[in-house]
Amino acid sequence: MELDIRVEKDNDQIAIFLTGEIDAFTAPKLKEELAKCTVQSGKIIQVDLEQVEYMDSTGLGIFIGALKSAKEHDSSLKLVHLQDRVFRLFKITGLDEIMDIKPVIQGGKQ
Amino acid sequence: MDVVKSDAANYKNFLKEFIETQNERALYGAEQIIKTFIKRNISPEEIVNLHILAFAELYPNITPEVHRAMNFLLETMISYGMALQEYQALREKQLELQSEISVAASMQETLLLTEKPCISGLDIGVISIPAQQMNGDYHHFMKGKDGSLGIAIADVIGKGVPAALCMSMIKYSVDSFPEEAMSPQMILNSLNRVVERNVDPSMFITMFYGQYHPDSEMLTYASAGHEPGFHYCAETDTFSEIKAKGLVLGVLPDTEYQQYERKINKGDMIILLTDGVTECRNGEEFIESDEVLERIHEFRHLPAQEMVEKVYRYFERMQDFHLRDDFTLLIFKKRV
Repeated sequence: MELDIRVEKDNDQIAIFLTGEIDAFTAPKLKEELAKCTVQSGKIIQVDLEQVEYMDSTGLGIFIGALKSAKEHDSSLKLVHLQDRVFRLFKITGLDEIMDIKPVIQGGKQ
Repeated sequence: MDVVKSDAANYKNFLKEFIETQNERALYGAEQIIKTFIKRNISPEEIVNLHILAFAELYPNITPEVHRAMNFLLETMISYGMALQEYQALREKQLELQSEISVAASMQETLLLTEKPCISGLDIGVISIPAQQMNGDYHHFMKGKDGSLGIAIADVIGKGVPAALCMSMIKYSVDSFPEEAMSPQMILNSLNRVVERNVDPSMFITMFYGQYHPDSEMLTYASAGHEPGFHYCAETDTFSEIKAKGLVLGVLPDTEYQQYERKINKGDMIILLTDGVTECRNGEEFIESDEVLERIHEFRHLPAQEMVEKVYRYFERMQDFHLRDDFTLLIFKKRV
């Protein structure tokens, strides 16, 4: 399974759209793309995970690394439209409490 | 290395035959000679040289241009030969590394070895299978002087060698804590600081730590973002999730973990696992934790060790014997 990464920039806003699976195989590519954004200062980075059906714990590591890097560069990182299965991982690991995460809510997007 | 003379003579004959008749048989014969050269590590430039010599002997009157062109080819083949040598050296190195990793893997097994303790009234079963050579899952039993039993189960994010090294660090940290500081909460608080200081930011560890006190029949526990375990209640014949909130180890230095407790009654079971169990897949379908519990329920009358082995076999078969992640399942049953 592949992971497609689409980046849209608008001044200080960076929107990243992911499609596919995040696992040990696709994680290095995601890590690289996120790092390019998080090392810029003063950016608002939003990652849309609506089209991500599967993520394993490697993905969590990538997002934690990205969060740390964003904080160091005065940027913010936000994850949106997470599917239940993916959101569950953030919840179990307690990361939902330290990251800005908006899951998909039933009946539509939040 | 000198090319054996008879091969050189044969090569010359095949070359002559091919030039005169263009017979495929000659080409085939030359190919066979080249194959033996490859086996004997004879470099490409030596083969070109052989060709030049054979050609010059067969046709002494070749023009100086052709002769120079041949020598030109010979020179360029030298760098090709060097690259080939490098490739062969790398292949040998790779084999060496592979054998070193398997030595490391068996060393890790020894380092992380934990003995299933015998505690009267408790029946413990555990299975831990790495997806690759080295295991990023970890479990450990510790018997306290007060008769309590400490059980740790952990999963390091990431696989392979770095994950395995990280696990050894965790084990030796836990071993170095003084016994009076061995409450689940304290252990996770301390480990979090160790991991935060010593491990790469994108690597972190989930851990469940439980302590069973046979006198009070209480299990105290805390979790650092670990996959929730289950409590099987014999009286109601139901499973409940062992919920415990807590951030994974190694993210924030001052994380304080909460401690919980629950009573374990006769016939009850505690089931602890890593996400390798719940991330099993059947084709594109994920296996839900209900299915894990169904299997456990089906095998509940068996001794704990047989149970974990049967559950593992079941999911192994379902995934065509190909684990995506390290798999650890630990069950303890209270018999009396």
